[in-house]
Amino acid sequence: MLLKLSLSSLYARLVTVGMTVIAISFSLMLYMSVEKLRTSAYTSFTDTISQTDLIIGARASSVQLMLYSVFRIGNATNNITWESYLDVVNKEEVDWAVPISLGDSHKGFRVMGTNKDFFARYKYRGGQSINIDKGYLFEDLYDVVLGAGVAEKLGYDIDTPLIVAHGLQSFSEHDDQPFRVSGILEKTGTPVDNTVIVSLAAIEAIHVDWSTGAKIPGQETPIEEIRKMDLTPKNITAALIGVKSKLTIFNLQRWINEYPEEAMTAILPGAALQELWRVVGVVENLLLGISIVVIFTTLIGMTAIMFSSLSERRREMAIWRAMGASPRTVVGLLMLEAIFISVLSILLSVILLFFSLSILQPWIDYNYGILVNVEMLSLKDMYVFMTFIFASIIVSLLPAIRAYWFSINDGMTIKI
Amino acid sequence: MDENIIKIDSVRFHWSKKSSFKIFVPNFEINKGEKVLLLGESGSGKTTLLSLICGFLNPLSGSISINGSTINKLSSKTKDEHRADNIGIIFQQFNLLPYANVIDNIVLPLYFSKVRSANVTNQRESALNLCKQLRLPDDIDQYKASSLSVGQQQRVAVARALIGNPSLVIADEPTSSLDTDAQQIFLDLMFEQISNNKSTLLMVSHDRSLAERFDRLIYINEVLTRED
Repeated sequence: MLLKLSLSSLYARLVTVGMTVIAISFSLMLYMSVEKLRTSAYTSFTDTISQTDLIIGARASSVQLMLYSVFRIGNATNNITWESYLDVVNKEEVDWAVPISLGDSHKGFRVMGTNKDFFARYKYRGGQSINIDKGYLFEDLYDVVLGAGVAEKLGYDIDTPLIVAHGLQSFSEHDDQPFRVSGILEKTGTPVDNTVIVSLAAIEAIHVDWSTGAKIPGQETPIEEIRKMDLTPKNITAALIGVKSKLTIFNLQRWINEYPEEAMTAILPGAALQELWRVVGVVENLLLGISIVVIFTTLIGMTAIMFSSLSERRREMAIWRAMGASPRTVVGLLMLEAIFISVLSILLSVILLFFSLSILQPWIDYNYGILVNVEMLSLKDMYVFMTFIFASIIVSLLPAIRAYWFSINDGMTIKI
Repeated sequence: MDENIIKIDSVRFHWSKKSSFKIFVPNFEINKGEKVLLLGESGSGKTTLLSLICGFLNPLSGSISINGSTINKLSSKTKDEHRADNIGIIFQQFNLLPYANVIDNIVLPLYFSKVRSANVTNQRESALNLCKQLRLPDDIDQYKASSLSVGQQQRVAVARALIGNPSLVIADEPTSSLDTDAQQIFLDLMFEQISNNKSTLLMVSHDRSLAERFDRLIYINEVLTRED
């Protein structure tokens, strides 16, 4: 009966209670959204590259090597020679290797030279492969394959001609050797989407008449002649390595790091990603902190609403007391109310969260490459909800204690 | 057997040490079955006295005995149970929980009192029967308390005070919000039911014209002295 009357009392204050529930629900939804985005961003981030055992490049920190070779952020400190690369590839432990050459760009997008193995060996999100959406991989020297993001943002399609610029922010262009879009990749949610991919030979070709970062004045080798040249690269920026046995990874890594002919670094992608996440993870902690503050503020709001409703409910409490209810029962009723508001808010927030995520998930994935997991609530979510209910009981104690004193002191006097 | 249902002896009370409102009740007794009208002006201490009798307030000294139990010696929990078991209370106004329906309002004391609950076989039927005797509409159970007129609300409050046959009914100016005609009808019905129940009635008012209905008329200044 107490529960029934408590619910009736809440229903009688539908607008106030409803607004409180909505405010708390949105706060909880915000918290859970940030939490979901945070974990999904982490998963997406750490899944940017998978099934690659080592990444090698010139001597640098693991974070720097990971940034430029996988995320195409920043520049390599140096290149590694093709001979050194072949020495690594020819090691018995190595199963496969994909060379990467970076340095040029097209309208702000990084141009990456590689071979066709890249499309077979590069895996993301737990082993997914890159698939071609339109056209085909490069067959001709001047064919280019575009990531989905590049094609969409620049409005390019198959056969669109494009010119590669020298360097990242250079006004010099390799306009004497125009490329043509031969293929467009499917969306991956990884940095591949924002990459212009050409063959390693093409990178060599466009630099035929260039020396130390500048075009040699008066020198212009005809394209037909370039096509006949040996375009084996002299240097590459990095390489993705797969080993035959996982047991040999550390031995191979040590061998590369101690390679006497050239200063090279070999990193474990998983470990480097974790290290990198610790750097960018500051933002996620900030977001999480903001969400917690929002929830805390909402709880204070709930307390304020309960306080403000106390004076108009003093007559109600006097009636309860007159019927034989103890001050503790009056306190219990207020706490029951807080629990009910909390549970209702939690239910509403879960509905709102799943509804909004179902709608926004494809958009977030497409635009930010974060696959938000729309799944059942986790055990951690349950802990959060239980903590929230507990916190709401704690904050409701303040108005409840005030109600306790009202009910003791008011006696027969019904104050309005 | 003690014939007094209320027995107050040498009770002193004030709200706080700084409060100027201090009262002393040397002796006050009401016998079982009596209908007593307590008269007094506003601010004379009537409601404070009722709060002491009901056990809402604790005296600083002296003793208050209700139906044989010295309530100021009881624990808070036992005192609340004792009130639920023995006393039906009618306020001046705002007597009912506005969001609850009439039946839930009437049977509410039974939730807190095993004694009164044991006196009622079927709570809903008993509540409806009281409503009928108090001339409330047949379909009164369909209404929420907030949708009733003031007169109807006061009659529902009488039904709630009487359900489960408490031995004492305390009414704090229950007619103050009613017009003269409604007052007479309300009092007729209330007295009829209280007589049927053989309950004791202590009613507070400042309207002396009501005196003829009661067995005894007491002025508040005969009961307590102010020690301000």
